[in-house]
Amino acid sequence: MVHKQEKMLSIKDLKAEIEGKKILNGLSLEVKAGEVHAIMGPNGAGKSTLSSVLAGRAEYEVTGGTVTYEGKNLLDMSPEDRAREGLFLAFQYPIEIPGVSTTNFLKTAVNEKRKYLGLDPMEATDFLKMMREKMDYVEMDKSLISRSLNEGFSGGEKKRSEVFQMAMLEPKLCIMDETDSGLDIDALRLVSNGVNKLRNKDNAFLVITHYQRLLDYIVPDFVHVLYKGRIVKSGDKELAKELEVKGYDWIKQEVEANS
Amino acid sequence: MSDTQEVDIIDQVVSQEYKYGFSTDIEMETAPMGLSEDIVRFISSKKNEPEWMLEWRLKAYRYWLTLEEPNWQNFKLKPINYQDIIYYAAPKERIKLDSLDQVDPELLKTFEKLGISLSEQKRLSGVAVDAVFDSVSIATTFKDQLYEKGVIFCAISEALHEHPELVKKYIGSVVPYTDNYFSALNAAVFSDGSFVYIPKGVRCPMELSTYFRINAENTGQFERTLIIADDNSYVSYLEGCTAPMRDENQLHAAVVELIAMEKAEIKYSTVQNWYPGDKDGKGGIYNFVTKRGSCEGAYSKISWTQVETGSAITWKYPSCILKGDYSTGEFFSVAVTNNRQIADTGTKMIHIGKHTKSRIVSKGISAGKSHNSYRGLVKVNKRAENARNHTQCDSMLIGDRSGAHTFPYIEINNKTAQVEHEASTSKIGEDQIFYCNQRGIGTEEAVGLIVNGFCKEVLNQLPMEFAVEAQKLLAVSLEGSVG
Repeated sequence: MVHKQEKMLSIKDLKAEIEGKKILNGLSLEVKAGEVHAIMGPNGAGKSTLSSVLAGRAEYEVTGGTVTYEGKNLLDMSPEDRAREGLFLAFQYPIEIPGVSTTNFLKTAVNEKRKYLGLDPMEATDFLKMMREKMDYVEMDKSLISRSLNEGFSGGEKKRSEVFQMAMLEPKLCIMDETDSGLDIDALRLVSNGVNKLRNKDNAFLVITHYQRLLDYIVPDFVHVLYKGRIVKSGDKELAKELEVKGYDWIKQEVEANS
Repeated sequence: MSDTQEVDIIDQVVSQEYKYGFSTDIEMETAPMGLSEDIVRFISSKKNEPEWMLEWRLKAYRYWLTLEEPNWQNFKLKPINYQDIIYYAAPKERIKLDSLDQVDPELLKTFEKLGISLSEQKRLSGVAVDAVFDSVSIATTFKDQLYEKGVIFCAISEALHEHPELVKKYIGSVVPYTDNYFSALNAAVFSDGSFVYIPKGVRCPMELSTYFRINAENTGQFERTLIIADDNSYVSYLEGCTAPMRDENQLHAAVVELIAMEKAEIKYSTVQNWYPGDKDGKGGIYNFVTKRGSCEGAYSKISWTQVETGSAITWKYPSCILKGDYSTGEFFSVAVTNNRQIADTGTKMIHIGKHTKSRIVSKGISAGKSHNSYRGLVKVNKRAENARNHTQCDSMLIGDRSGAHTFPYIEINNKTAQVEHEASTSKIGEDQIFYCNQRGIGTEEAVGLIVNGFCKEVLNQLPMEFAVEAQKLLAVSLEGSVG
């Protein structure tokens, strides 16, 4: 009987900097399968740095701490291997790739993952069937997927495209980097519905957001506040509501008082 | 990205060997090294040519002697010692026969290894192949079946015997030996190449292609191709080429002439993969080619599609002379340079008739320490009423040590002309690569994906069988280029 890893993601005392500037200063976090964790915090707290470091962006230098993902040392893995092991980052600013259609892009990604797992590439007809199914999750427009990836997409369409890709790649750990930024209520609802359809007991979500509003739709199990590169407070979804009312100042004052 | 990280990425990538770099061990008959009137006579007699052909060669040779190598190009050319080249090399015991049974099995094996099947059972149906090995054509598939439809597809050396009137009428009519230094040289010493004639009203039932393979050392290859499409006919022709890896540069100075009569269409595609030299720029083929098409008849059309990934230096300007009213010229090009390769390529569209149209789509990709120049001319003559041109010239830079240059020449002598030129320069962004990485796509594949997207418009012009090969070729030629 294979012992299933209890903790999917275990971050211990993570320190990271970019161009000599220290951003993460001893961040610790544990995520189990089936959980949704929200990471909130004021600007400059290190939210985007956290997602970049987990995804493996080379510009960030890890200067201390460990990150264990499914029992493996995540920091030792290349960005593409992290992805193939089931780590997915929904970008805050999804990039455009002219000349490469969404369909072609996803077919390549899906088959790379299958190759990594020792599987044959997916049959074209099966792939198209899967695409049609998953497009429904975010009510993705058919016309968008044959166009160049993200080219000419509105902000909302780009975020929906991220969740559509998430649906296609079936990742285990989904990091959503301020997915709600720039979205109106309707887009927000569509994106959240998509995410909620994907939630199950085997995957986990790290929802990074500045505002509480998204968390009305994607209800978290845990809420953490990131400030000056560390998690300074954790709670349940009520904490998010408290932040909505009081803002971040009271957290900052608490931290200053205790240091 | 820091320098050490960049170097790490480059180190991690293993550069794939030029897989066509092998050479074939086979008994060859060669001319003595060097160039002289005697050599010209030698070549002509080896091919048993008619007197008028020898005369033409000699005139060209004598003219060549009066010329100097050009020096306007955007690259430095090491002086070529023309006496250090062998101008004729052919497999010994070669007898051109109808049956492939009598072709040296080593040669058949060579072409098999290159993916060109000459044997009956395994050949690509729907594609007729003329296989040229060094200075001679060794086989032409489907020749008889095509001849039944009136289509002549054979080696030019054979055409000189079987259809001399046709050759005499058209050879040198589009690219006279006086045209330039290398066309004069070619006219004097041209070896072999393909001759195609499509009769009136015939749509050629299959793709025609010639595969050029340089093998012998210290030789130059000077092939000559002549394609004539008579009224209302259509032909799609593809040219492929490879050569062994050698330390010395080898010269490939070819001439291609296309003639399209009234309402005829010629589609000419090239997938060029000559040995590019090693990563320090040692060795590699000099690909100096003069290609020109004449739209003689009204409503005629000539399209050039090229995917140039090889050669140490690529220097060519496939062009269209739009004589016929309502004629159309097209040029689609992807030119890739990596390591220390150089490309100075483009096209000339000369609008002479009325209501003529031309379209240019040029995609240049420079990686490594290479330099890629687009040089194009759009010329509208005084009496060319209502001429239309659209030019799209896009450059993509990979890494930060390569160069992309553009030299557009526009000469308009008629005020009803409409000429548009769009240009863009882009870089493969680290953000794009990281996005692909984060979706599980490795960096090499990501570059391949992005480059193919960039070149899609041109690749779509290739006959389907070759589009796939071209895509793979693009990915391979850019291996190890990202940093």
